[in-house]
Amino acid sequence: MIEVENLTKRYGPHPAVEDVSFRCEPGTVTGFLGPNGAGKSTTMRMICGLTAPTAGSATVSGRPYRRLPNPGREVGVLLDASAQHAGRTGREVLAVAARTMGVERGRVADTLDKVGLNPTAARRRVRAYSLGMRQRLGLAHALLGDPRVLILDEPANGLDPEGIFWMRGLLRDFADRGGTVLLSSHLLREVEAVADRLVVIGGGRVVAQGGRDELLAGAGTLVRARDPHALRLTLDRAGLDATAGTDGGFVVRAEAGAVGQAAADAGLVLTELRPADSGGLEQLFLTLTAGSSTKESVK
Amino acid sequence: MSTVATAPPAPPTPVRPADRAPTLARLTEVELRKLVDTRAGRWLLITIGVIAAAIVTVQLFVVPDERQTFTAFFTPSLLPVGLLLPVVGILSITAEWSQRTALTTYALVPRRERVVVAKLAAVVLAALVSVLVSLAVAAAGTLLSGATGGAGSWQFAWSLLLHAAVLQVVNVLLGAAFGLLLLNPPLAIVSYLVLPTIWSVLAAMVTALRGPAGWLDTSVTMEPLFGPDVTAGQWGRMAVSWLVWVVVPLVAGLLRTVRREVS
Repeated sequence: MIEVENLTKRYGPHPAVEDVSFRCEPGTVTGFLGPNGAGKSTTMRMICGLTAPTAGSATVSGRPYRRLPNPGREVGVLLDASAQHAGRTGREVLAVAARTMGVERGRVADTLDKVGLNPTAARRRVRAYSLGMRQRLGLAHALLGDPRVLILDEPANGLDPEGIFWMRGLLRDFADRGGTVLLSSHLLREVEAVADRLVVIGGGRVVAQGGRDELLAGAGTLVRARDPHALRLTLDRAGLDATAGTDGGFVVRAEAGAVGQAAADAGLVLTELRPADSGGLEQLFLTLTAGSSTKESVK
Repeated sequence: MSTVATAPPAPPTPVRPADRAPTLARLTEVELRKLVDTRAGRWLLITIGVIAAAIVTVQLFVVPDERQTFTAFFTPSLLPVGLLLPVVGILSITAEWSQRTALTTYALVPRRERVVVAKLAAVVLAALVSVLVSLAVAAAGTLLSGATGGAGSWQFAWSLLLHAAVLQVVNVLLGAAFGLLLLNPPLAIVSYLVLPTIWSVLAAMVTALRGPAGWLDTSVTMEPLFGPDVTAGQWGRMAVSWLVWVVVPLVAGLLRTVRREVS
């Protein structure tokens, strides 16, 4: 269980995270979505007690992270796979963590095996690891203490498609056994395949959150016409809330019937009219976060 | 993935026996391990031992036979150790930030001051071990000297052992304090190595600084530790210099480490 309440972080006048609240329940995978620089990592660091929030609070399993007596046994954390001493071997990284947490030594080999790092790879120094191997090592580090909560920042970065598929299975299984998972990503596709719930963040604020299916359904109707300008005018005149996509289509927050009727009344030729599926959520995600990501890029 | 599928689900009870914070002894053991589990750390320690042995070897050849005593071998071996061992202390603290392992270290032990105390304990233990190494190389030198026609005298003032231990412990703490305050390996190492030189240059050029240097320049105040007799006044001067260069940076550095954002 993770509870985040009104977390806020400002660096000088610039708000990195503004009033972020959400909950992650046991048995669920929560996808934390947002473009780069949206505040995902800062939020996760605040949950883990590594960054002091300007305001608000966060608890893991009912306690502030810093109050957890032996956090590694309660919550597995992977915030940056590259943040490991380049001169240590993969096995040594885990051995040090195991000793710190008081985990029996045998779990090191088991966990390495679980994440697919064979003994040869485990004997190599982290300097020689690819990003994908570092992610696997980081995941092993997070799983080592047999925690009930996982907090993972962009864990799929650098993994190959097979690795991403494997990781989804691992996280799904972890949640199905009653675990709580919070994982961030800037790629919707990556998250929607495994997450039950989504929290979308842009410019430091939560712009949408809810069940994945609910958000998918809430994406509305995708409509495309031969004359997009006329369609836009028609939709506006009919009082239908439409968001332009990148490819000339619109996502309308209304039933397909209402959209079709409006188009028919205006005599427009539609080339596409269907419930917006994940593509619709992607457009929603893009439009919700577009402003903030461009702001981020010129900051 | 069969291990995952067959493993029992985590018990829902809020407190498990494993929910105990790691003891300081265990954290110290981990920090000692981290001193030697990288190639850089291991070679730095080996180099220190080799240099101490080399100094004794050189003495066997250059020091007149009648002056080749245990004490004569022991004292010079303290110098390279006292200079290089603090670098181990600096790296132990600063590598967490330069290698970014602070992200995992402080996620596992959120009470950062405990990690810092464990690191200090680990380097203090290393300093005490270094005195044993100095004793060992001095003993080897004395034996060889005796066998090759030198004095080979075992004459040794036991107060010198205490002084050597104080010297090495304060030196590593001095390095650790610099590391803790600056949190950046090159900056901390250079400042630590250059500071005594700056003091002596300044004291040579500016007469007004010669008085304060006697109280503040650690290379001056700690000089008596190389001999068997230290007066109360000399201990006093040492204490003042330690307050300025060890205690104050340690406290300030600890506060900085505890408050710093880890990213």
